[in-house]
Amino acid sequence: MKRLKPFFLLAVVLLVLPLVFPDNYYVTVIGVTAGLNAILAISLNLLMGYAGQISLGHAAFFGIGAYVSAILTTRYGWNPWPAMLVGMTMTSAIAFAIARPILRLKGHYLAMATLGLGIIVHIFLVQEDDFTGGPDGMGDIPVLSVFGWQVDTDLRWYFVIVIILLLVLWLALNIISSRSGRALRALHGSEVAAEMMGIDTTATKSGVFVLAALIAALAGSLFAHQQSFISPDSFGFFFSLQLVTMVVLGSMGSNYGAILGAIILTYLPAMLVVFEDYEVMLFGAILMLVMIFLPQGLLFGIQNLLQRLRHRKQQQKLPGQGLEGRG
Amino acid sequence: MATETGTLLKIDHLNSHYGPIQALYDISLEVKHGELVALVGANGAGKTTLLHAISNLHRASAGKISLGDKEITKWLPHRIVRAGICHVPEGRQVFAPLSVEDNLLLGGYVRRKDKGWMKTELERVYTLFPILRERCKSAAGNLSGGQQQMLVIGRALLGKPELLLLDEPSMGLAPLLVEEIFDIIRELNRQGVTVMLVEQNARAALNIADRGYVLETGHLVLEDCSENLLANKAVQRAYLGYS
Repeated sequence: MKRLKPFFLLAVVLLVLPLVFPDNYYVTVIGVTAGLNAILAISLNLLMGYAGQISLGHAAFFGIGAYVSAILTTRYGWNPWPAMLVGMTMTSAIAFAIARPILRLKGHYLAMATLGLGIIVHIFLVQEDDFTGGPDGMGDIPVLSVFGWQVDTDLRWYFVIVIILLLVLWLALNIISSRSGRALRALHGSEVAAEMMGIDTTATKSGVFVLAALIAALAGSLFAHQQSFISPDSFGFFFSLQLVTMVVLGSMGSNYGAILGAIILTYLPAMLVVFEDYEVMLFGAILMLVMIFLPQGLLFGIQNLLQRLRHRKQQQKLPGQGLEGRG
Repeated sequence: MATETGTLLKIDHLNSHYGPIQALYDISLEVKHGELVALVGANGAGKTTLLHAISNLHRASAGKISLGDKEITKWLPHRIVRAGICHVPEGRQVFAPLSVEDNLLLGGYVRRKDKGWMKTELERVYTLFPILRERCKSAAGNLSGGQQQMLVIGRALLGKPELLLLDEPSMGLAPLLVEEIFDIIRELNRQGVTVMLVEQNARAALNIADRGYVLETGHLVLEDCSENLLANKAVQRAYLGYS
């Protein structure tokens, strides 16, 4: 249970926060976006941070999940829940089909291939306007309801997203400390050494790729219902890149780091709005400074700093005691 | 065909290439159940290539490899591990950021259905290498070279090997540590693990082995029991430092 202490702490903070600030724009409105981004960052981190497979096209799976939900509920009048399941199943099937060929590639080549995937899906969403509404997007996506409880206010959405975020985090934490999680971390270090352990690296890599896509599709579907309007702009290359930045900024290979990265990358632009024209410049500068001074990302970087400070304090104490002894 | 005293590993006319360059020429050898066989040779003779061919980390270009009565030449690496060949790679490839215990558990990756056995085996490895128990929570990358070598051997043991392939376990270790590692290898062999030991340190390897093969630029040039090899004039000159 000690392992899960930060999890429960985070759960309490996230669930109590809106009770203290029920109508705060930064909690219930941006909080929902941050929560969705955190779900996506956790899924991408499983693939990138733990298994070491970069993806520059993660927004594609997010988009497929969103559009399947939007199309089935608005054009065919489906209930949102089965539509969500179909979206997740379809996304997983697509991910499964492309996983093996794409994950044979490594490093820059894998980056190129996933980049291509993201662009193909984006073009598809723009071009197939009979289905997707093209560049104008799709509106009137119905709200979710849980046993008649309509999720139609910001506060209600906040709770839905936070609960799903906590479930996804719980899942990710358990996977990482399981046998499959060890296999993932092993093949990150060296695929050859992992194979020597008897790990089927191809199956393990495609497994985590499908899982990451599945979680992204879930986030996409939630996003569609929460926004009630979606357009291809939300699922382009730029968003894929933002997700990668969240994972790297937060600290690759840490689920909590992914959440931290998502929170910062969601709130920072909102906070910097006061600087008007200089907003983007400041944003870039902050990212650069963090990566220069904390190259392992924020979470591990801060952990290291704290450790060093504690160490220094202990060392300052030690010679002091020596002097007393001499006196 | 395979019985307790019969052949465990049999290699027939094996050839291996790296691109256009041939690294192994027509290698045939066998390892019997319970044996400790040394494979010695200079740098670049093809020792590691041969082990990689057995584990199919590098596919052989011709020839046949069998384990017991099964031909495994084209099996994928993870299937070969499942069949009972555990390979301890050259240069101690530990999973550096993972804890010592996680590294050991990864060794037992293919034995998950054997929960009870995993537990007793982990205990046995900790008894064999007490330092690993002491440091079980620290990152494997923070261990010293000797400790890492113990870790990779322990890790391979958790895979329940029928045949243990050891690639240069003495590399980069202090002489005292080399002795300790070789004592442990001999002890494991006494407990019933069949071992194929690849070494540049020919004397140390032949001292504990039953039989030895000498590999020279991709060709097997000699095969004999260890005493004869140690007494062989050519071997002495080339590998044991006599002039």
